[in-house]
Amino acid sequence: MAIEIEQPSVGLSKVAVSKTHGEDSPYFAGWKAYDENPYDESDNQSGVIQMGLAENQVSFDLLEKFLEEHSEASSWGKGAPGFRENALFQDYHGLKSFRQAMANFMEQIRGGRAKFNPDRIVLTAGATAANELLTFILADPGDALLVPTPYYPGFDRDLRWRTGVKIVSIHCDSSNNFQVTPQALEAAYQCAESMNLKVRGVLITNPSNPSGATLQRSVLEEILDFATRKNIHLVSDEIYSGSTFSSPEFISIAEVLDARDYKNSERVHIVYSLSKDLGLPGFRVGTIYSYNDKVVTTARRMSSFTLISSQTQHLLACMLSNKEFTENYIKTNRERLSKRYDMIIKGLKNAGIECLKGNAGLFCWMNLSPLLEEPTREGELALWKTILNEVKINISPGSSCHCSEPGWFRVCFANMSEQTLGVALERIHKFMEQRKRKET
Amino acid sequence: MRLIVPLQGVVQGRGGLILGSLIPCALFYFLQLYLKRNRSPNSQSSPPSRSTSSSTLAEMTRTLSRGSIGPARISSRAISIAKPNDSPYYIGLDKASEDPYDRIGNPHGVIQLGLSENRLCFDLIKKWMLDNLSDSIMRKEGGDLSISGIATYQPIDGTMELKLAMAGFMSRVMGGAVSFEPSQMVLTAGATPAIETLCFCLADHGNAFLVPTPYYPGFDRDVKWRTGVELIPVHCRSTDNFILSITALDQAFNQTRKRGTKIRGILLSNPANPVGNLLSREMLHGLLDFAQEKNLHIISDEIFAGSMYGNEKFVSMAEVLDSENFDKDRVHIIYGLSKDLSLPGFRVGMIYSFNENVLAAARKLTRFSSISAPTQRILVSMLSDTRFTEEYIETNKKRIQNMRDLFVAGLKVLGIRCGESSAGLYCWADMSKLIPSYSEKGELELWDKLLNVAKINITPGSACHCIEPGWFRCCFTTLAQEDIPVVMERIRKVADTHASCS
Repeated sequence: MAIEIEQPSVGLSKVAVSKTHGEDSPYFAGWKAYDENPYDESDNQSGVIQMGLAENQVSFDLLEKFLEEHSEASSWGKGAPGFRENALFQDYHGLKSFRQAMANFMEQIRGGRAKFNPDRIVLTAGATAANELLTFILADPGDALLVPTPYYPGFDRDLRWRTGVKIVSIHCDSSNNFQVTPQALEAAYQCAESMNLKVRGVLITNPSNPSGATLQRSVLEEILDFATRKNIHLVSDEIYSGSTFSSPEFISIAEVLDARDYKNSERVHIVYSLSKDLGLPGFRVGTIYSYNDKVVTTARRMSSFTLISSQTQHLLACMLSNKEFTENYIKTNRERLSKRYDMIIKGLKNAGIECLKGNAGLFCWMNLSPLLEEPTREGELALWKTILNEVKINISPGSSCHCSEPGWFRVCFANMSEQTLGVALERIHKFMEQRKRKET
Repeated sequence: MRLIVPLQGVVQGRGGLILGSLIPCALFYFLQLYLKRNRSPNSQSSPPSRSTSSSTLAEMTRTLSRGSIGPARISSRAISIAKPNDSPYYIGLDKASEDPYDRIGNPHGVIQLGLSENRLCFDLIKKWMLDNLSDSIMRKEGGDLSISGIATYQPIDGTMELKLAMAGFMSRVMGGAVSFEPSQMVLTAGATPAIETLCFCLADHGNAFLVPTPYYPGFDRDVKWRTGVELIPVHCRSTDNFILSITALDQAFNQTRKRGTKIRGILLSNPANPVGNLLSREMLHGLLDFAQEKNLHIISDEIFAGSMYGNEKFVSMAEVLDSENFDKDRVHIIYGLSKDLSLPGFRVGMIYSFNENVLAAARKLTRFSSISAPTQRILVSMLSDTRFTEEYIETNKKRIQNMRDLFVAGLKVLGIRCGESSAGLYCWADMSKLIPSYSEKGELELWDKLLNVAKINITPGSACHCIEPGWFRCCFTTLAQEDIPVVMERIRKVADTHASCS
């Protein structure tokens, strides 16, 4: 090397200096714009409305009511007899009562159509950690995971950054509502092979993020068959399973396995979390549910790096083992999400914007391709910038989700009050009107 | 391989040379066929990548030993982690938790002296909880009942309130000699991920850290498992009371460099674990000079800073940096509340760094191990209660001192002396007179006898990579005073049998 590049005085690792954290992408840049000028109903009515964060704020009152009526959840009860044991508890197996409660909750969400064994539950500090942990376990550096597009932008970081594992896209498009097809699966596999990458698994999100739709049973069967044929793993991130608000009913990979008597199930692992369904991302609660004993053992040990606070486990064990509370919560939460979804779809339709037919999640998948100056990624980003700066709304461009068709955007509807959603829809309506007028 | 043995008879005469060569060939052919049929399709076109040899070996192992692994393989990283724990450190912990001693309920159970946990001041913490937790955790200062404050996404590297509270607490714990900047903190779910995250930031796969021995067995997991970073032991000796010497550090550095391994830094615990001694100001200067000369990072794990007893004063790396003109960019401190505040279950740890680039990277990485929001809320209250924390820190010191004196005196009666120490929740005991042979094997035999016959779990020095056999770490802060005579009696029985045998 002819040119000596000046190194920092004491060096950092490749991981530290790499950009794989992806925080320079528009997905995160929009958040910065929001942080600098956040909308507030009373204090800052011209600020940026955050519609890029998939957070569920519609059911806080239900949680508050429970905690109010059950103080033993947050304070270890009268005289705090269990406090000492709880404060000292750092066993990576996790509180048995909490695992049992999680298993029950996951069963309830699936209407009892699948059973979960608490001893197969591994606890992690959030689904972010769960996905990364599974990747560490299922793949070596340089190996690949197949992920259907469009996918959650965070995967680029969570699955790849520290693990050194690569993502190869399974391309889906609007021709069939972004469903995975056997052809797309095979094409992705071949693509990986042509790049000399060993494929270790398929990772799906069901219900899907960002499209907001549940996967059909036939698609799940096809993916499972594909994984079996190729002898690879199948990770199903079911973080939005409890946020399915209209038909068709959510079908978990667990149900598909159940129907097959759990044959070949050691390749299947489910990721879950309370960040979306229960609206508690701050609590940092994620789980890996694996049908593979070795994966369970290894994941448990590795979870030492990402344990859930025993205090939080105790609180949630109380909450989730209360059947009356969970039944009511699941039902009410679904109704409210459905109402929000209807509101935003109607509002967007009035503005002349079509969305993919969705039935789950905290967002809708909006088609703005007719508005693009040019049907390219650049055109999409230009439109995104316009919407951020003029309409003052942060939405997530499809390109940051690796969508192969430009012009699609993810819009979140549950992380704000109904009033704020109304304001956002008004702004969008005005924006669309202005554009129509400019054209005529 | 089982195939070879039956052939011996054939080759050695009962079939002659022809059969002796035909049969192995045939068997080999069938083995190939078996492997080919069972090999997974995607290994056909194996690329010449770094992972090839290890993954092919793993696949071979898998096909030859069908067990609970299942058809789809797991990574090489995972295979080594999945193996049963062979370190006495973990075996002992498991045994003690399976059959835990209880003075009334299980008097013949295993007494746990292998877990450096502090249970001496629990009454103070519990009292604080009872007095102050009457309000729901949702209630903010005089505000309305609202969960949104803790339910929603929080800053991943910890709330500013908790950072401020931690800064105050750390300063108090270290005797007020140094102050800490909240903006230089990255909070993590325990010190365990703090160490791992720092390693990910400072070193690449295959790089190494120098670490003085004996060291905390957990470092082998925290530093090596997923980062692929190596630990190079720098041996310390009882003649120096196991204090690190710069000469030994230099030697280890040169030897490692000759092997072609890149050293990125020095990892140490101060107060030391398992020995419990402190690094003097002069030593800290020496380390900083060495690090500067060799362009290394220093990771100083100060998690036992508040577990002091005796008259010696703890000097943090931060304090030395404050007063002198050293390159701060290479210094990183680990802290946590598991030892000093007895709350290991709550998972509260920290990276404290003077290097902006490291902080920037660590902040992003900590998303994989953030502290739970309700826990942050409670701790902000507790740590901001200065009256409580002052009383706690003082009382804690006194009680640790008391237990230590009783424990060490008890060992002295048995003829077992302890290393000089002024901190930590343990003592470093020299049981070399009791081991059957002056070797690691002898040490482990004694450990085994103590665990399975005497039923006390203590940590053998070899699990801490100590180069001198016979040293054991005994944690005494999980005991009640009444239990000490029981422990001593059990050790005495083993000591007596040894005396009568030798």
